[in-house]
Amino acid sequence: MKKVTYRNQISKVLGISLVVFMLFSISLFAQDEAAATSDVAVTEGFGGDAAKGKTLFNQNCAACHSLTRKMTGPPLANVESRLSEDEGLDREWLYTWIKNSSGMIKSGDAYANKVYTEYAQAPMTAFPTLSNADIDDILAYTAAPRPAPVVAAGAQVAEGGEGKSSGISNEMILGALAIVFGLLIMMLVLVQRTLKRIAAANGVDLEKTKGEQRLPLWRAFAQNQFLVLVSVIFLLLAGAYFAYGWVMQIGIDQGYTPIQPIHYSHKIHAGDNKIECKYCHSSVRVSRHSGIPSLNVCMNCHKSIYEYQGNPEGPSKEDLANGYTNEFYTAEIKKLYKAVGWDEEDQKYTGNTQPVEWVQVHNLPDLVYFNHSQHVEVAGVECQTCHGPVEEMEIMTQYSPLTMAWCVNCHRETNVKVEGNEYYAKIHEELSKKYGVDQLTVAQMGGLECGKCHY
Amino acid sequence: MASNKKYWKNEVELNPNDSIVETLRQNEFVEEIPVDEFLGDKDNLSETNTNRRDFLKYVGFSTAAASLAACEGPVRKSIPYVVQPENIIPGVANYYATTIANGFDFTSVLVKTREGRPIKIENNTDAKVNGGANARVQASVLSLYDSTRLQGPLKDGEPVEWSAVDDEVKAKLNALKTSGKQIALLTQTYASPSTAKLIAEFKEMYGVVNHVTYDAISEEGALSAFEAKYGERALADYDFEKAEVIVSFGADFLSDWQGGGYDSGYSKGRVPKNGKMSKHVQFEANMSLTGANADKRVPLAPMFQKVALAHLYAKLNGTGVSGDLPTGVPEVLDAVVAEIKKNKNSAVVVTGLADVNAQTIVLAINEMLGSKAFDAEAPKYVRQGNIENVNALISDMRAGSVGALIMDGVNPMYTLPNAAEFAEGIEKVDLSVAFSTNWNETTEMANITAAANHNLESWGDTEIKKGHYGLIQPTIKELFDTRQLQNALLQWMGSDKSYYDYIKETWSADLLGESEWNQALHDGVYVAASGALSEEIEITDVDESETSSTVDISAAVRSLANATSGEGMELTLYSKVGMGDGQQAGNPWLQEFPDPISRVSWDNYVMVSKKDAENLGFINENVANGGLNGSYARLTVNGISIDNVPVIIQPGQASGSIGMALGYGRQVGMKSEMQTGVNAYPLYQGFNNVQSATIEKSSGMHEFASMQLHNTLMGRGDIIKETSLEIFNTKNHAEWNVVPVVSLNHQEVPATSVDLWDSFDRSIGHHFNMSIDLNACTGCGACVIACGAENNVPVVGKQEVRRSRDMHWLRIDRYYSSEDSFEEDNIKKDEFDGLSGGKGSLGGFGELEHPATNPQVAFQPIMCQHCNHAPCETVCPVAATSHGRQGQNQMAYNRCVGTRYCANNCPYKVRRFNWFLYNNNDEFDYNMNNDLGKMVINPDVTVRSRGVIEKCSMCIQKTQKSILDAKRDGRVIKDGEFQTACSMACSNGAIVFGDINDKKSEIAELRESDRMYHLLEHVGTKPNVFYHVKVRNSNEA
Repeated sequence: MKKVTYRNQISKVLGISLVVFMLFSISLFAQDEAAATSDVAVTEGFGGDAAKGKTLFNQNCAACHSLTRKMTGPPLANVESRLSEDEGLDREWLYTWIKNSSGMIKSGDAYANKVYTEYAQAPMTAFPTLSNADIDDILAYTAAPRPAPVVAAGAQVAEGGEGKSSGISNEMILGALAIVFGLLIMMLVLVQRTLKRIAAANGVDLEKTKGEQRLPLWRAFAQNQFLVLVSVIFLLLAGAYFAYGWVMQIGIDQGYTPIQPIHYSHKIHAGDNKIECKYCHSSVRVSRHSGIPSLNVCMNCHKSIYEYQGNPEGPSKEDLANGYTNEFYTAEIKKLYKAVGWDEEDQKYTGNTQPVEWVQVHNLPDLVYFNHSQHVEVAGVECQTCHGPVEEMEIMTQYSPLTMAWCVNCHRETNVKVEGNEYYAKIHEELSKKYGVDQLTVAQMGGLECGKCHY
Repeated sequence: MASNKKYWKNEVELNPNDSIVETLRQNEFVEEIPVDEFLGDKDNLSETNTNRRDFLKYVGFSTAAASLAACEGPVRKSIPYVVQPENIIPGVANYYATTIANGFDFTSVLVKTREGRPIKIENNTDAKVNGGANARVQASVLSLYDSTRLQGPLKDGEPVEWSAVDDEVKAKLNALKTSGKQIALLTQTYASPSTAKLIAEFKEMYGVVNHVTYDAISEEGALSAFEAKYGERALADYDFEKAEVIVSFGADFLSDWQGGGYDSGYSKGRVPKNGKMSKHVQFEANMSLTGANADKRVPLAPMFQKVALAHLYAKLNGTGVSGDLPTGVPEVLDAVVAEIKKNKNSAVVVTGLADVNAQTIVLAINEMLGSKAFDAEAPKYVRQGNIENVNALISDMRAGSVGALIMDGVNPMYTLPNAAEFAEGIEKVDLSVAFSTNWNETTEMANITAAANHNLESWGDTEIKKGHYGLIQPTIKELFDTRQLQNALLQWMGSDKSYYDYIKETWSADLLGESEWNQALHDGVYVAASGALSEEIEITDVDESETSSTVDISAAVRSLANATSGEGMELTLYSKVGMGDGQQAGNPWLQEFPDPISRVSWDNYVMVSKKDAENLGFINENVANGGLNGSYARLTVNGISIDNVPVIIQPGQASGSIGMALGYGRQVGMKSEMQTGVNAYPLYQGFNNVQSATIEKSSGMHEFASMQLHNTLMGRGDIIKETSLEIFNTKNHAEWNVVPVVSLNHQEVPATSVDLWDSFDRSIGHHFNMSIDLNACTGCGACVIACGAENNVPVVGKQEVRRSRDMHWLRIDRYYSSEDSFEEDNIKKDEFDGLSGGKGSLGGFGELEHPATNPQVAFQPIMCQHCNHAPCETVCPVAATSHGRQGQNQMAYNRCVGTRYCANNCPYKVRRFNWFLYNNNDEFDYNMNNDLGKMVINPDVTVRSRGVIEKCSMCIQKTQKSILDAKRDGRVIKDGEFQTACSMACSNGAIVFGDINDKKSEIAELRESDRMYHLLEHVGTKPNVFYHVKVRNSNEA
């Protein structure tokens, strides 16, 4: 049922593959540079600076507009030419619209009202701060040919080339090593044979010196009762040690990495995009539960992030090796849309939801009471202290053993964060005097009492 | 002078030769382990095919299988909201103010919800009237999750759609408009302005509507008397806090008398302040909760109560009246009169006699005294039932002139004494619709069963007392396809409004502005500025005629004084604190709730005095396992008999009288475990709670589940310290609150100063203590249910309770003592000389007290005392129970291996052993074995498994939460923030909880009180729970 992978093994494999990766990574950089340059070369023309326009677009427009698809507002690729061709509207119309859309709607402009009603009667935010030149830049960006295919091509190249070669390289190394070992063995055999021949040539009788009087080693061992006894005891003790170790790890799911219904990557969210843990796990501040974010929290961002575009450099080698391509991630976003009942075409909720059944990673038994807010909000413990480097985890895994010994050790070693907390003022003063210390540990504060966690 | 009374829990204890008492004293766990049962039968053993080797094979295999199975944990799913409601944070409780108004109980409450499901009911301290939830209200949250609830409307027993019901009812109603037949609405008391208005509109629309209000347990006498005098059908309100002298003639005002809710005011007046406390004299037949709390209780059959009341009126008035009273009673009456005359306007007289004359006289007396505690200006509306109308309706039904009958909140087929006539009538009604949450006796007869909302799923409003409004708001969406009557009426009137809109409109139009609505909803209560009462929302069928002068007091007095009883015994029907009128009979918490007086759970019974029992041959006996058995009786009233009524011999029962509780014996739609007791409603003839009955013995013995003999305190020491007000006021506390002495180095020193162990320094941090004031505690038991709800205490069932395996963490011990002979008893006891002989102690204790007459009663809530030197902690072989710095004795269930040494070593007998797995076990078919019932479980407290000891944790989950909240806000904890479930439930202020290291806190002050003592001080356990000496105002009268 549960798939428990051991972190040590993973790190070893990762270590080896890192070495290999380093060997082959030089060519990759060259590839990336090529991809990056292709982005800029497109823009001059239309009386605006498309590069500047891109920045402005991302700052001001991207929350509601995409270039190619409907979002809160209409797609903006080639918006100017589209307007002039379909509606006969010029750039002046756009200036007015962008600077004061609601004024235009009120004035009764036909197309303005049409757009207004089409997009759920949500008026576009007015941007009076944008100058006409800025708008020109944005329009230049919207009119520029899209660089998107380049990224896809890059990904394909990467998949076809480096992805495979890294696989082959492992085999090659192993093969080479095998050949080296084979050669070494052959050399040894040859050397021995040569030596024998030399000995024969010198008239030394090898067979005799080996001697039949000598007992085989195993028989000598078997006849020495003391040695046998010691070895048996040693084996038994060793066996008991390992058996105990095995028994004690039963029920401890450190390294538990279940496969989730949606491949949610903490690495992308918390690592690459540096989203604060507590943004999504908001109840961690006030509740015993960290809370799995409800899907509407996902939709705060994923209303506009409808596809995965990876890092600026494109997906890494490892990701590609695992099949974590941009398409893969985009498909996972679609799973989210399906679960939350989001109609991408019409940009609205259908109300047809399918709650996601996540597999719980950290299974604390019912007999223990653990409160997140106590640790995170009061004590200021970093999430990573217990959950490990989540921002590096592609798939969430149980980092800590979550045993009582692990809890208790931490309580013994950690000082209570009393600064600026009026609650602790009196008790800290009295207790630290009693124990003769400056800083009280959680244990000294009473954090080892059974009833603090078991009730 | 300290009270040295000998307390006893059951008269059997007084018999020194009774082996059972001795057995119970010696054995903590009553039953032997039944080894002999399966090893003693040699034949059986030799016949079996399983030999020793096989057995070992099985053991080996199952061990291996179990360990293999343990290697892989189950995969647990975690499903978050798709769209999380803004106000719900998983793990954080929300509270909503609402009102429980089920026709019997009317209480403003706070409902605690977790992740959207109500899990506990708490008192609404903002409410000025009826803000204290009693045991039934506390338990009503479990009725919400009753697995036998109706899940949708039914027609002739088959599920139908609501739309079909609507069509049929609407068509019928429209047809009846012109047919001449009436449309009858038979409902509970709503005391709801909006419902009254809605029904008036419904009447207006369909014309021929006859709204009849019906209370299962009627207050007809009081309502009629009040109506005659003040012109409004309501009940006078009383504030017992303001009364110095309380005289009650059969009024059980600490439980359900006239709608209840009087106990917190009473308790406040009972705590001696500045040397004063109220004086309470009770004349009654049954030993009631109120009588148990009285300073002077006079057991008097109902007939004599009437005569006594007439005498009292005459004496206060200075006139004379005929009628004889038993010896002793006139003297008591004289003393009472003197007392009343001394206190005049701070005296109050109440009666629970259903007789309208008695009620009229009581109103007249209170009016005459100008009693401060009496309030007829702003009366209560919690009972509206009208017997005349009910009877008229039944005869109309039988005459065939009722076209449609719509019932809500009533179960007449069960509660009506003349149910047979009703059954005959309902056959002749064209269309009968019964709104009900459960399948019951009435829905069985009705054409259409409309599945109704539970109170906690409904909208509504109340006017409990004139000018005091309350709102009912749902705390959870309807669990099933149910609908409340008001919404159905709106639907049938063709309105597209919901009842919520309707209430909001009514309130906004008549009571308050838009801005105040949210505040009122938040508070749950709203008190109208005086005089702001709008006429429109007055109950419409109130007769406004001026009738106060027409009441003929002298005739009433004459009729009372000439009261006679019929043949046989006088039967007083009453309602139990735990069961009320029986509408929550399917609630396992209430079934297992022991009666405060008899300590019997899962049953009702007929109470007989010892003298009468001897004459009639009734016996109560304790069998070998400690269970109580009682004879069966056959009760006959007016030709109607009920058989096999178990008998309890009740000390204090007035001789010549018997008592029996209503509300039991429900059958239809109930789980078999819940079908307990016998139905006494057939005896409730003419809705009179006093009947003349004949009683005779029938064969067989009934097995009671009584907690009476369980967990005896082994006769050790002064458990309840008691003194009289005079001594309390005049003597030093060393005399009436005696600290036991022990011998140290051949010198007698106070036991509290001797310590076997080293004490820890507990002055740092919090140190929790609990104070229990025996004067304020009425024994009502709301705390018991609250404790169970908070701490997931399992229900174990009748058989297990009988085996003393009840799991209540908090119990209220009830002790009987003897009265009047107190001083003589003392002298006699002091004069005991040797074991046997005329003054020997061996038989002396038995002679000392006369159990059959009229004992005084004391209640003592006992939970884990959280001893600082806990005997349980030192004997646990696995250190599963240990002490925290904050004073709590902690219990780690996962560490417990179930040796039960701790339970054996506990001097207070508060530890409970899980003999079985009570959850997910169909052998215990109560609430923890089904998904619905499990919704009531508090997620912050572990559900215990089989084989571990459990006990009161002093609600450590609540104290930890308070601490965490303060830490998060970075502030110091305020006094009053620390609470336990029981201290929160106690609206009487008997239980106070807090941190004694906070020197300014209430609890620190209470600990310094002269009345403070610890239970079994001489044992040296240094408990963190302390009690306050009970003071009785009993030196005179």
